[in-house]
Amino acid sequence: MTKELIKGNVAMAEAAVRAGLEAYFGYPITPQTEVLEHLARRMPELGRAFVQAESEVAAINMVYGAACTGVRVMTTSSSPGVSLMQEGLSYIAGTEIPAVLINVMRGGPGLGNIAPAQSDYYQAVHGGGHGDYHPIVLAPSSVQEAIDLTVLSFDLAEKYRNLVFILADGSVGQMMEPAELPEMRPLIRKDWDWAVNGKGGKRERRILTSIYIDPPAEEQANYRMQKTWQTIQKNEVRYKEYYLDDAEYVVVGFGTAGRVALSAVRAMRHNGVKVGLLRPVALSPYPFEVIDELASRAKAFLVVEMNQGQMLSDVQLAVKGRVPVEFYGRPGGMVPFPEQILKELKRITSTDLKIVSDPRVAWLERMTA
Amino acid sequence: MFDIKKPENIIYQRPRAFTEVSTHYCPGCTHGVAHRLIAEVLDEMKLTEKTIGVAPVGCAVFAYNYFNTDFVEAAHGRAPAMATGIKRVMPDRFVFTYQGDGDLASIGMAEIMHAAGRGENITVIFINNAIYGMTGGQMAPTTLPGQKTTSSPRGRDVELQGYPLRMSEMIAKMDGASYVVRRSLHDPANIRKAKKAIRTAFEAQVHGLGFSMVELLSTCPTNWGITPVESLKWLEEHMIPVYPLVDCKVSSAVGDMRF
Repeated sequence: MTKELIKGNVAMAEAAVRAGLEAYFGYPITPQTEVLEHLARRMPELGRAFVQAESEVAAINMVYGAACTGVRVMTTSSSPGVSLMQEGLSYIAGTEIPAVLINVMRGGPGLGNIAPAQSDYYQAVHGGGHGDYHPIVLAPSSVQEAIDLTVLSFDLAEKYRNLVFILADGSVGQMMEPAELPEMRPLIRKDWDWAVNGKGGKRERRILTSIYIDPPAEEQANYRMQKTWQTIQKNEVRYKEYYLDDAEYVVVGFGTAGRVALSAVRAMRHNGVKVGLLRPVALSPYPFEVIDELASRAKAFLVVEMNQGQMLSDVQLAVKGRVPVEFYGRPGGMVPFPEQILKELKRITSTDLKIVSDPRVAWLERMTA
Repeated sequence: MFDIKKPENIIYQRPRAFTEVSTHYCPGCTHGVAHRLIAEVLDEMKLTEKTIGVAPVGCAVFAYNYFNTDFVEAAHGRAPAMATGIKRVMPDRFVFTYQGDGDLASIGMAEIMHAAGRGENITVIFINNAIYGMTGGQMAPTTLPGQKTTSSPRGRDVELQGYPLRMSEMIAKMDGASYVVRRSLHDPANIRKAKKAIRTAFEAQVHGLGFSMVELLSTCPTNWGITPVESLKWLEEHMIPVYPLVDCKVSSAVGDMRF
């Protein structure tokens, strides 16, 4: 295969098709609509299911139904739409079946705007719907990575019978880059031993449900889900390291923020300052152990996000107050420039930093001064 | 000697589409009758092995325990969306939802209307008992004017709480709907008519004719606060005038079916 110039949203849609997507249910919302538009053409021409649902609520429940049959199924949306999907996501999680969601995040809260943002980190990683559950969350920073993670997401979802989210932001969805799509995979409909697809005179009936009316049974289901999650935590931590071997200062950023931060890190290296970047690719499970190890040898951390400081909490959890953790964020649909992060790095590497409980206080003062 | 167990002597038995489980429904409730009619039709049409049922939230939340078919359990009101997801990837399976009036006519209004509008080739069994049963007798969209419920304690005041919704009439207006009828479960003659309607609705799906729905007027003695026999009479006297037992939509293709 050769590289082609392709838009992030289209790339994720086509990658899903080639990974064996059998059913797509979605609703238009900027900045992810190209996914729906691409699949509106592709799925029917391949004889696969495509429905433009009446709402995100309906879309996720169509996903729920198709997922119960064991086929590869996906929906995509952007922040406000994903909020509407939280009910269905909780049910899918509680039923322990595989499904994939791509969230091309935009500025919020509320209607917000259609510019790139990362303010759904908490919603994706730390909850969203009701009840205890843990989706796998993957965050691409380029079109190529968006393609690769989309393909991976279906394998992970099936392997663990778990939700997998691609947490992209509007810039990953909207930008065009040279990237390579995978080969078209033949459709293999697996006859999972849990799938509800009609008994066919071959087996006992199956029920898929998230209801356990007997609390002890629900407790056991929760233990089972926690066990799955602990296995996922062991196996599926993913991250990219840049200049971390000898780094005295560590920048942590995911997706577009991580990519922009890399430019600033390179500029610092050019000036001879030992700065490195950790870019978590999986946000859930999170690379706590990697940050824990870095905290034992780094002088300070800088967390860069396109929000008010959400992943920041997880970095702080791993650093455990041993060294200062600073924050630079651009919420509301703003994307940081490399020079702005560079300015932060210059400040951090030339100042006597204090360990504070909430770096957002000083950050807000700097941003609104 | 007369052998009661000989197949040719059996005139009434548990449908094979039922599991060997007693239901949790209250005495006098007509859910059991509705379930039985569905099971009998599944048997007659030999659909059990290819059926995927979609249970609702409400009193019939445990419907999946009673049918010997594959089943899923939807979120409140979302059964038609879930059924859409199943049917679109498995068009050769038989897919039906079983929904109450709170589920279908209130929280699930968007899902039911659009499933019908799309002409999804699924069948909906709609239980209308004019009240929320599972949560203990609150006002439903189908509660009659003046009817007392725990959330309309002085009777449904149409000035404040609006009017009952006639779902079958609304859905029948849509081009995607092939067969939409209302029947009642208050006496044997009507129960026979209800079964015939369920058969027709199921046949419509098997023939690939699009969305079909049977609304079944049902009783809720527990939450209506009257005896089962009084409930049957109350249904006949009060519900049928508001919800007439009519064929709201029989498409010409459904009318032409032979089975």
